[in-house]
Amino acid sequence: MTGSVIELDQVSLGWRDRVAVRDVSGAFARGSLTAIVGPNGAGKSTLIKGIMGIVSPLRGRIRLTGDSRSQMACLPQLGELDRSFPISTYDLVAMGAWRRVGAWKRFDSSEHERVQAALDMVGLADFGPRIIGTLSGGQLQRALFARLLLHDAQTLLLDEPFAAVDRNTTEDLMVLLESWHQEGRTVIAVLHDLDMVRAHFPQALLMAGQAVAWGPTKEVLTPENLHLARHLCAGDYL
Amino acid sequence: MTWVFDVLFGPFLDYGFMRRALAGALALAFAAGPLGVFLVLRRMSLMGDAMAHAILPGVAVGFLTAGLSLSAMTIGGMITGLVVALLAGAVARLTPQREDASFAAFYLVSLGLGVLLVSLRGSNMDLIHVLFGTVLGLDDGSLLLVSTTSSITLLALALIFRPLVVECLDPLFLRGEGRAGSLIHMVFLVLLVMTLVAGFQVLGTLMVVGIMMLPATAARFWARSVGRQMVLAAAIGSVASYTGLLFSYYANVPASPSIILSAGTVYFISVFFGPLGGLLQAARHAYARHRRLSQISERI
Repeated sequence: MTGSVIELDQVSLGWRDRVAVRDVSGAFARGSLTAIVGPNGAGKSTLIKGIMGIVSPLRGRIRLTGDSRSQMACLPQLGELDRSFPISTYDLVAMGAWRRVGAWKRFDSSEHERVQAALDMVGLADFGPRIIGTLSGGQLQRALFARLLLHDAQTLLLDEPFAAVDRNTTEDLMVLLESWHQEGRTVIAVLHDLDMVRAHFPQALLMAGQAVAWGPTKEVLTPENLHLARHLCAGDYL
Repeated sequence: MTWVFDVLFGPFLDYGFMRRALAGALALAFAAGPLGVFLVLRRMSLMGDAMAHAILPGVAVGFLTAGLSLSAMTIGGMITGLVVALLAGAVARLTPQREDASFAAFYLVSLGLGVLLVSLRGSNMDLIHVLFGTVLGLDDGSLLLVSTTSSITLLALALIFRPLVVECLDPLFLRGEGRAGSLIHMVFLVLLVMTLVAGFQVLGTLMVVGIMMLPATAARFWARSVGRQMVLAAAIGSVASYTGLLFSYYANVPASPSIILSAGTVYFISVFFGPLGGLLQAARHAYARHRRLSQISERI
């Protein structure tokens, strides 16, 4: 159970001419529950994409120890999904079976059971046939959590899972997230609500273009660190 | 009742060229409609247009070197179509310009180059032939080409359907899974260029996009799921081909614009009467809402 799942060695990430993440080093321990926090434009989502292998590092190395990428799953920001796409909620959730079913294999009855079970678990039991364009933001987020359930991955990366989501949904999904943690999975989530981070996340990584602090949440979310993070991010625009 | 039969089917029974035209147009419509559905879903409606123009210089070079040779024009069209698709994609990736803008730039250049090249040697007739097709003069080679590429396109679409849907819905999903996403994109581009090159024999480079996009945009007003939209688009394209040919026969007007105008008619009917977001339905909903609101305010 010990050891790290993801090791970052002086990692810099960026898009085109803009460096979004500079020189981040550290490790996510196996089975840890970490919140990534920081002001807008701090490079939180870019770091997630770097870990997923969607953005390759400009410098440094991202090492995945033990598990490979096939044991990782990601919850994207709602904005990265084409919500006008005519697909049913059921089919969206079924995408989670990709690694077992792939492009051509048959979707057998056990997979169908998994999809329905996942829909039940997130409280969307009767929403299967609904086109995703008719779902509210909270319902869509529940569906994406169901998709993550289907992945059955050991490492879970969530990019702003509670943005634009009502309080009921947030509470339900937080329960789910904590149950993953209790099952020994590694969970990394980008969050904005610092009170929630303090209440539920033992580990935190404070980003502001670089890693301002990384460790136990109490030591990371100090007033000094938060002030420094805001200052560093504002500096980019001066 | 026999006169109805005569009017509807007579031209196709009496004339071989009408039968060939129908066969070619139907084959094209089967493949073009489903491709168009994906172009609409990926918000790349203009890309079909761009690619259809992009094949023109290649067709023209084929024409210059080998005259009206089917294979030379086909190969030339395939090459420039794919080159333009890749170049426009590269410009969009390497510069801040968005993909639709770079596609527009490339297709306008291609159109200019293509028309210039064709007129270097050919007469105006040749130019019209390339731009507007020869649906009423399809020979065996062209028919075989259209039906073969359509079959390949449909089979390939069936093969890549699942990843293609995933790629359209959530592009980052597949990128976390290796290189599958960009491969699917490439396969789709090849199918698109192939169908357009085969289709220009039938409807011409300018008109072929019509049979691709109009049925697809119309289908969106009637069917919810991607699969149904694809089937419906193929069906609408087929109906438009048939009625267009019939109209051109009786009204003695050019065939390929007639086919496109038939598809356009279906599109406008769909915009007005389609149950999924059509204007009539929207008006009915607005009226019902208005009624409910005024009833509530009366009660108060």
